[in-house]
Amino acid sequence: MALRVGCAAPPGKALENKTGTWRVFKPVFDPETCNRCGICAQFCPEGCIRETDEGIFEPDLDYCKGCGICEEVCPKESIRMEKEEK
Amino acid sequence: MLEIMEGSHAVAEIVKRCRPQVIAAYPITPQTHIVEALAQMVADCELDADYITVESEFSALSACLGASAAGSRVYSATTSQGLALMFEVCFNVAGLRQPIVMTIANRSLGAPLSIWNDQQDSISLRDSGWLQVYAEDNQEAVDLHMIAYRVCEDHDVLLPAFVCFDGYVLTHTYEPVSIPTQEEVDAYLPAFNPYQRLDASNPLSFGMYATPDYYMEFRYEIDQAQHRAKEVFAKAGREFAEQFERDYSAPVEGYRLEDADTAILAMGSICGTVKDAIDEMRDAGKKVGLLKIRMFRPFPADEIADALKGVSTVAVLDRNISLGSGGAVGTEVKAALSGSGTAVYDYIVALGGRDIRKKDIAEIVDLAEEGRGDMFYGLRTEVL
Repeated sequence: MALRVGCAAPPGKALENKTGTWRVFKPVFDPETCNRCGICAQFCPEGCIRETDEGIFEPDLDYCKGCGICEEVCPKESIRMEKEEK
Repeated sequence: MLEIMEGSHAVAEIVKRCRPQVIAAYPITPQTHIVEALAQMVADCELDADYITVESEFSALSACLGASAAGSRVYSATTSQGLALMFEVCFNVAGLRQPIVMTIANRSLGAPLSIWNDQQDSISLRDSGWLQVYAEDNQEAVDLHMIAYRVCEDHDVLLPAFVCFDGYVLTHTYEPVSIPTQEEVDAYLPAFNPYQRLDASNPLSFGMYATPDYYMEFRYEIDQAQHRAKEVFAKAGREFAEQFERDYSAPVEGYRLEDADTAILAMGSICGTVKDAIDEMRDAGKKVGLLKIRMFRPFPADEIADALKGVSTVAVLDRNISLGSGGAVGTEVKAALSGSGTAVYDYIVALGGRDIRKKDIAEIVDLAEEGRGDMFYGLRTEVL
């Protein structure tokens, strides 16, 4: 992305801003214990958890900032925050 | 045609002819007469601008920032505590690359409360990204406003500017000035052509956040624009000289400096007193000259080093103090001359409206030649 004078940007630019680089811990989802309730996706402040065609839930690591809210709210404790080496 | 006019009114007259579309300002001594006059001009339909009355300087500059981003030529004026209240917005105006021109009627900063003149206010904003020029007299103050708009709005620069002139000493002083006609100003200063602007049919956000991957590069680009401003200022100054026969194209200006052993460096109205003092010292056989600093940001380090070649002693008059360090101008002049072998001494003078006279200048020259400096000059030790 070339810099634009005054750090100006048209709408939708946040899609190009991969906030996933901020992350220290990444969520690891366990599809075996997941009951598909979708609470993680509802609480994700980044809106980056989605349901796959197979009906399980996955974070988009391009945007996941690693806040850990999904781990906190998961009633089945099937999400684990794991330190990420980059 | 020369007219006798108060400095503040002269500035208001030239600002009117620069055709700002939006003015937002909050009155504060000694800037008040400028914005009072402009408000009257708008009320009398002499100036077709929106004059936004606001509740504080923070709001004034914020309104200016929005209006500038929307594509308007914008003007404001302030001083001292008012400028301090604008601190946060000042950095944003520069970072958002908005070419706002703001007059600073230089005044000291509290505490203790003082309404009198020094240059602490604008100097304290030296890191904010605004260009800074200082006028010696009211004619120069008038002319620098036209040049400032030209430079700021140039697409190679796109930065805001402070046009600084000393509170009371210039703002409230009646001097003969030549105010260019509207036609002359229009010929010199074309209508504002924004580089980009807020537009509902082509939406843009300004000043998005920058992550650590981008922030430094944005800061670098602002710094580069500051450096480019020097050449753009020189060009705008030369064109001004062609049209008006007054030349401000150089960021520094020498006075009787040719064969000088000792040079005084100063900024603003104090230069007039220094010139008179130099004439007297020259008559007495002392080889002394003045280097007047017109442009403080971008800082003309190379031009200062060039102008002072062959000078053995330099006395910098600082009408500010970076508390715990020294005068801001002196510190930068020392850096500019480092390794040159020239001895540079800094003198903190005339803070908070303290008078400085020709005999003080002569005494400072003596001190510098004796190798005594980096000090407050003129302290009343009996009250300490």
